[in-house]
Amino acid sequence: MANRVRSIVITGNGTNCEMEMAHACRLAGSAKVDIVHISELLYGEKRLDDYHFLNLPGGFLDGDDLGSAKAGANRIIHADIKGGREKLYAQFVKFIADGKLILGVCNGFQLMVKLGLLPAFDRDYSTQTVTLTFNDSGRFEDRWVYLRINGDSPCVFTRGLEKIYLPVRNGEGKIVTKNPVILEKLHTNNHIVMQYSDENYERATMDYPDNPNGSVDAIAGICDETGRIFGLMPHPEAYLHYTNHPRWTREIMPEDGAGLSIFRNAVDFIQRNL
Amino acid sequence: MIHRIEIGFKEGIRDVLGEKTKRKIIEHLGIDVAEVDTIEVYTMEGDIVGDELGKIASGPLSDPIIQKYAIDRGLAARFDWLIEVGFRPGVTDNVGKTAREAVELLLNKKGVDVYTSRQYVLRGNITRKDAERIASGLLANELIQRYEIISGREWNPAEEVRPYVPRVTIEDNPSTEEIDLDVSDEELQEISDTRVLALTVDEIKVMRNYLHNETVLNERMKTGLNEKITDVELECLAQSWSEHCKHKIFNSIIDYEDENGSHTTTDSLFSNCIKKSTREIREDLGEDDWCLSVFVDNAGIIRFNDDYNLVFKVETHNSPSALDPYGGALTGIVGVNRDPFGTGKGSKLIFNTDVFCFASPFYKKPLPKRILHPRRIYEGVREGVEHGGNKSGIPTVNGCLVFDERYLGKPLVYCGTGGIMPARILGEATYSKEIVPGDIIIMTGGRIGKDGIHGATFSSEELHEDSPVTAVQIGDPITQKKMTDFLLIARDRNLYRTITDNGAGGLSSSVGEMATLCGGCELDLKKAPLKYAGLKPWEILISEAQERMSLAVPPENCEEFLDLAGKMNVEATILGTFTDSGKFHAYYGDDTVAYLDMEFLHDGLPRMQLNAKWIPPQHKEPDFPEPDDMGQALKDMLSRLNICSKESVVRQYDHEVQGGSVVKPLVGVANDGPSDAAVIRPILDSFEGVVVSNGICPRYSDIDTYHMAACAIDEAVRNAIAVGGSLARLAGIDNFCWCDPVESEKTPDGQYKLAQLVRANRALYDYTKAYGVPCISGKDSMKNDYIIGETKISIPPTLLFSTMGKIEDVRKAVTMDAKKSGDLVYVLGETREELGGSEWFALHGFTGNNVPKVNALKAKNLYDALTGAINKGLVASCHDCSDGGLGIALAETAFAGGLGMDVDLSRVPREGIERDDYLFFSESQSRFVATVFPKSREEFEGILAGNIIACAGKITSNKTFRVYGTNGETIVEEDINDLKKVWQKPLNF
Repeated sequence: MANRVRSIVITGNGTNCEMEMAHACRLAGSAKVDIVHISELLYGEKRLDDYHFLNLPGGFLDGDDLGSAKAGANRIIHADIKGGREKLYAQFVKFIADGKLILGVCNGFQLMVKLGLLPAFDRDYSTQTVTLTFNDSGRFEDRWVYLRINGDSPCVFTRGLEKIYLPVRNGEGKIVTKNPVILEKLHTNNHIVMQYSDENYERATMDYPDNPNGSVDAIAGICDETGRIFGLMPHPEAYLHYTNHPRWTREIMPEDGAGLSIFRNAVDFIQRNL
Repeated sequence: MIHRIEIGFKEGIRDVLGEKTKRKIIEHLGIDVAEVDTIEVYTMEGDIVGDELGKIASGPLSDPIIQKYAIDRGLAARFDWLIEVGFRPGVTDNVGKTAREAVELLLNKKGVDVYTSRQYVLRGNITRKDAERIASGLLANELIQRYEIISGREWNPAEEVRPYVPRVTIEDNPSTEEIDLDVSDEELQEISDTRVLALTVDEIKVMRNYLHNETVLNERMKTGLNEKITDVELECLAQSWSEHCKHKIFNSIIDYEDENGSHTTTDSLFSNCIKKSTREIREDLGEDDWCLSVFVDNAGIIRFNDDYNLVFKVETHNSPSALDPYGGALTGIVGVNRDPFGTGKGSKLIFNTDVFCFASPFYKKPLPKRILHPRRIYEGVREGVEHGGNKSGIPTVNGCLVFDERYLGKPLVYCGTGGIMPARILGEATYSKEIVPGDIIIMTGGRIGKDGIHGATFSSEELHEDSPVTAVQIGDPITQKKMTDFLLIARDRNLYRTITDNGAGGLSSSVGEMATLCGGCELDLKKAPLKYAGLKPWEILISEAQERMSLAVPPENCEEFLDLAGKMNVEATILGTFTDSGKFHAYYGDDTVAYLDMEFLHDGLPRMQLNAKWIPPQHKEPDFPEPDDMGQALKDMLSRLNICSKESVVRQYDHEVQGGSVVKPLVGVANDGPSDAAVIRPILDSFEGVVVSNGICPRYSDIDTYHMAACAIDEAVRNAIAVGGSLARLAGIDNFCWCDPVESEKTPDGQYKLAQLVRANRALYDYTKAYGVPCISGKDSMKNDYIIGETKISIPPTLLFSTMGKIEDVRKAVTMDAKKSGDLVYVLGETREELGGSEWFALHGFTGNNVPKVNALKAKNLYDALTGAINKGLVASCHDCSDGGLGIALAETAFAGGLGMDVDLSRVPREGIERDDYLFFSESQSRFVATVFPKSREEFEGILAGNIIACAGKITSNKTFRVYGTNGETIVEEDINDLKKVWQKPLNF
């Protein structure tokens, strides 16, 4: 069957990882990859409906001025598609209902959480139950982290993966849940996809800098109960080739960067199921 | 109606900004505060009714999971002091702007103004005086911010803080003044001084003579002007003729007297040193010339491959950073971003590189008036560049920090940015610029305010008591990002003909300089979009308000261009037309407010004639004994500010965005070794890469700026070579930061300082030529002095030399960390007794006289050979020897690799060195420490044959750094982790 996977990477208003995110989709085998400025969606020139795989890249939506991705979430919830008959958010809801895939990285993840797209208990995609806030260190940091992957999570993006090494680059990467019940639910329903760990991937850690932000229970990424909606703070699109690895000059490693497998899983899933 | 919404954290949620503020209060000010909370305050003015305030507070302004809010009442409770810090009127409030947009979208209505402030809620045993110190010495910069202190005892919880609205209210009287220049010299000087024009009386007289010219006067009369100059014209000329824009000193005619009393005349250092070298290198390259545009545009352009060009520029933003470190540095980085962005047809920005020069953050002496503590400058600048770089999505790939007490008066903030552009767009070459008369002048991006008025002239004089507040701006990276997103699409659709940025001098410079491409312009200042009413026409013309580009758009494309801007929510405004009239013609509505001959505006300035006299300084030779404990000496050196790890700063800059990171600033087994240079891959499906490096060594200026400049160039070049770059395609950017070199009452030693400048430029010519590394652009900042009262502080003459080059295959790149035990340790290059100006001498309080000297011929041979060895994959690691010399390079190589090293100093190639400490810490140039796989030994030595190199040791699997002295005894035996700890400690905050 010919590849017909169509991916969209949304940009604009401070997003800045769209280029490498689109590159990742292409390398993963997506037949069509469009970087789409949000104004094109708002002007009705492009529609989410025409795609299978929605990418929300990292960056600083509106400078993260009101808290990370807050103003960005406000835009998606309240902005009308030109003509005024449809909200942009309605396109997101339909996209999810159609069983399509959404990946949010860093600022994209912050956006999803603040929209309520994650963890979306009981498929309620509009109520915020967790947040991403300032790192315990009080600073933005760029550093690579070891991540353990939860094999019991329904996440389609991490199938077959047990561990991964990726960079985090954020100032607001700490997950906080509304209350302990929410946290418990994240665990019991296997919403937790990946956790910061020690360098041997043996256990999730709260120790800085292995856990770079003090995220509760070392959570680095979560998905909804379908496993098709996934957000994470580390940047898989920043590790697509071995030369991205901070120690590639001292270790032998495969040609492809480990981050690519997350995009491959997404494209393969769409190819098989949609 | 005015409302206040306050947002704070819920009980049990960590307030990390509060914690960070508490640490700073304790560490910086020594005040023992127990607890600090923060509350964000949004003051709103506009038509907000009913439950709308609740919607705003619970919607975009607060996070329901962790935050709580209060509307029109105070949120703070139980405190000893509350300090609220907000902006003064007219200061850029980025958060306020975002909040306004969010509120307007939420309520679906316009006309709500939002101003932000922050409350710091303090608990602890603090006096009112302490609270004052905390407010003025740490939390608020009174130049741009105001604060209010409330005592907990006087606080009535039921009562809100009185709302303060920093609205700009100026009388809206956009009149133009005429100024009579037919007055005495004293009055002319007064005109210049009161208006911060930085013009000399002679320069104003040139304007007066111009206005007296009969033809000029007749033409002026026809437009409604007369023999008096308008304030618009005077300000416009002052900007265009400023040192900042015209580089008067670099273009002056200099009589140079050397130490033997013989004289030589240099007719423009710029033409005869910098441009000359580039011209000659290009001639030598002939058909293979890879320079495309040098010195004529906002940045230099070189060829990357057949399909792409690279663009590079480095700027400084020193004076504003002295006054407001955060805003100054933020504006510095987003400002230099617009240079490559506005070069040729415009380029996509692919890297930033920053170099900061500060006084020690641990400075303990009393501070001269109006000077901020170096730690405050350090952290403010660091944060400004963090926000500017990270939020723009441009990786900060490389940089350094330099410390010297003389940067107390003026810190140096160098910001550089590289870009990449398609070599052709729709078949047309992109590296040059043209404008056709009739093209429309469009300004796009931010609006114009009073911010940044007189930036160009202000930086053309020393920092003094009355330095204007309006010269400070705060950049807005997101407004700029929106604009660049839009313009890149407009570029690829070929909607505009030419683009340039609005930087120093504002529209006066951008439109004025663009107009030289066609021969004139007509500009209506009344059409310019303003942040608030009340600007006078001259202020509109020269305001340096940020995030603006000026474009020449063919009339037939205007509609499409403006439509695209509107769609992408970017403001774009037609301001006038480019002409071939030969005139710079500005209107305000129907009235002519400036009418100047283009030729006079750009070439009317008389050249300066200056004198330089070189008297070589003599410093005391050091007389300290060789240390008994070299291990301790090494640790002392590793903890020097100029040598120690800069990881805490590096980590806070995103160095990987855009996905092409290859050699990161931090490398090695624990990702914490100091990289020599950066390598990135700008095109993700290609292995062709870009190498970026810097060289800077101001301490050598105390001995001889000729060698200082030679060493800076050599350092930048060898850093690039060390990671796998090559001399085959390496371009340079010179960036001179000097203290005023013009002899005057204020500067009695001007002739010496000018001689220092001449010597540095001669070295620049000699060494760039010898290496074949052409300068493609540059910058100078000539007034880095501080004069208030009896105190004068001048920076050491400082040249930053930055390089950008091509690396054919990034997979061949090399990092500085030792790789495997058993690898052989080579020292490449010769060590001589060259400790003048070294860190080792400085540690003992000496300068000395034997400054390092560069042998360009030997160095070039070594560099070419090393490039060959690296390309063959023979080199496991390579690290340049710079500050602290061989000892530091060896130790860093070992601990970055997490491996031990045995090294024998008796095998190190040397000349005329007797003492082991001198051999270990001499800063002779053009040297590397390289490690080589044992199996590659013969091939490596074969390729390097003819160069001075030696195998001096090997990498070991134990964690011991062991050095044998020239007499065979062990002189250093230290655990690498101890060395690393010492090296990491000083700036780890």
